[in-house]
Amino acid sequence: MTQITQITGTGIPLLLDDIDTDRIIPARFLRCVSFDGIGEHAFEDDRQQDKSHPFNQPQYHEGSILVTGRNFGCGSSREHAPQSLMRWGVKAIIGESFAEIFFGNCTSLGVPCVTAERPALEALASLIKSDPPLEINVDLQAKEVRYADTVVPVDIAASAHEALVSGQWDFLSQLLENKDAIRKTASQLSYMQS
Amino acid sequence: MTTNLFNKVWDQHTVGTLPSGQTQLFIGLHLIHEVTSPQAFEMLRERKLKVMYPERTFATVDHIVPTDNQARPFADGLAEQMMSAIEVNCDEFGITLFDLKDDRQGIVHIVGPEEGLTQPGLTIACGDSHTSTHGAFGAIAFGIGTSQVAYVLATQTLAMNKPQVRRIEVTGKLASGVYAKDVILYIIRQLGVKGGIGYAYEYAGEVFDRMNMEERMTVCNMSIEGGARCGYVNPDETTIEYLRGRPQVPQGDEFDKAADEWRALASGPDATFDDEVRFSADQIEPTVTWGINPAQSVGISENIPPVDEFPADEQTGVKEALEYMSLEAGKPIRGQKIDVAFIGSCTNGRISDLREAARIAEGNKVASGVKAIVVPGSQKILKQAESEGLHEIFQAAGFEWRAAGCSMCLAMNPDKLQGREVSASSSNRNFKGRQGSPTGRTLLMSPAMVTAAAIEGAVTDVREMLSPVSV
Ligand code: SF4
Repeated sequence: MTQITQITGTGIPLLLDDIDTDRIIPARFLRCVSFDGIGEHAFEDDRQQDKSHPFNQPQYHEGSILVTGRNFGCGSSREHAPQSLMRWGVKAIIGESFAEIFFGNCTSLGVPCVTAERPALEALASLIKSDPPLEINVDLQAKEVRYADTVVPVDIAASAHEALVSGQWDFLSQLLENKDAIRKTASQLSYMQS
Repeated sequence: MTTNLFNKVWDQHTVGTLPSGQTQLFIGLHLIHEVTSPQAFEMLRERKLKVMYPERTFATVDHIVPTDNQARPFADGLAEQMMSAIEVNCDEFGITLFDLKDDRQGIVHIVGPEEGLTQPGLTIACGDSHTSTHGAFGAIAFGIGTSQVAYVLATQTLAMNKPQVRRIEVTGKLASGVYAKDVILYIIRQLGVKGGIGYAYEYAGEVFDRMNMEERMTVCNMSIEGGARCGYVNPDETTIEYLRGRPQVPQGDEFDKAADEWRALASGPDATFDDEVRFSADQIEPTVTWGINPAQSVGISENIPPVDEFPADEQTGVKEALEYMSLEAGKPIRGQKIDVAFIGSCTNGRISDLREAARIAEGNKVASGVKAIVVPGSQKILKQAESEGLHEIFQAAGFEWRAAGCSMCLAMNPDKLQGREVSASSSNRNFKGRQGSPTGRTLLMSPAMVTAAAIEGAVTDVREMLSPVSV
């Protein structure tokens, strides 16, 4: 699997708190049997109600680095949420904090979610607004986000960091390697006897 | 000092440590439904993998199921497609499916306990965040994403970080008219929607000891709304008596043997925790949300707090919520007009919820202009309710009586809010757009409070409708 160490691109400023998964992808778009085509519905309802939503603005259409606030991705475990962002073109998310299930889902798709302090996020978001083509570099190895001449320290859970930079974020192959150990654990559980 | 239930169950199910430092955790019971499983089966096909323990996965259909006309093919072609997908997938991979023709069908978090699949000491996973419900039995139950559904199918394991454990004790006794729903709304209000991040919640103390299993499920169901990874109540005699004789539990002597093991799992009096908080039942009254996350709630006799009473970093969110809801700080939530009343969901769609709602509906009429629906959480609950005549009470009062499913809890089936409608709802999420209209508004409350609101046409205090002798 690909090692994910550096992501470079332009930003999408969405510095809001408590963005839940129903807003990222409204439930009616979950009526599907594949994730194809789900990207175009990211933030569909927010976009319809707010013409100035960043996902509506052409200057951010090429953006791949989403800058957001606190508790991003709270709510449902639906992988449709990170899938829709990924298929929209988001390759990394910088926020103040992330909901746990959402964070785990993103990691298993190879989309790093890194955290930064609020003032740094505010500075970055306003710079993106005044200069949309601004190049932003998310350096996972160094745990830094760099743009213009600014360096922002960022954080990410150690296990996710390790998985992404070593290219082991496809957990399925790792889990599959331990089939004997799985069977052994199962054989020791009393409810597996009956 | 001894360890708590969470750590015991975690250790028993640990397969090993992965290169990332995460635990590879064995999953004792896997539940799937039509929304988050089709892509997972596709992953298996792409990689030519089989289901490792097909007998440990059970499937049901709930989210997309219409609750009025269930004739196939469904009117909604996309729903029909998802329905066929789960039928084909379960058939091909050897998984038991509770489909619409099977009387075991219902909302995934309702049918697991109902069938006795959910048992103490299990690790449980389901591609649905409200999997935390199953913690009511002293199981460790996680909501997972679709990729993880594929991992469990292929390996019966997950890669997990071990959360810390916070014990939440609620002492005392709940007053009449105050329900499990009010307890969990109160806890989430106190600890916040992010308060549980990184934690499993253990609910302990007199209030939970007294609760029946259905009430405990209501509490554990909403753990996720408080940010916790899961929530649980220690197994006790209430748990054991609920499970005795259910189709999927061991029978006879085997059951008693299992029950002894379950009792031994409970956190002992000297068990240690990473954090402990304590609340008192006499602080809790019927609770209603006024905002767009489940922590934004007040007691029915309180006013919506002024914006400046919130921490500085929450004030923007509070203003956004009030604006969206068209509500004013400093004003009571009581008296807020409603357009729709919804009784159902995996939080509050069980038989005891319907009985309590029917008790209040009996002899009353739904206010004119209010659309009120009752949706049992499973086919068995529906049958039970009908055998008790509850459907007749509801219908006489002007409620619609529907077939089992998720219905108006979320917008994936024909039951939806229209425009700016305000819904009094017994479900678990008041997010913007959650009930199907992008501008619809949801007030979360107990099923008894929903019933009272349906009758009044506005949010009211159910305690005034309960006669004091009927406690
Ligand atoms: S009732 Fe609501 S919360 Fe529960 S499983 Fe269905 S959609 Fe999810």
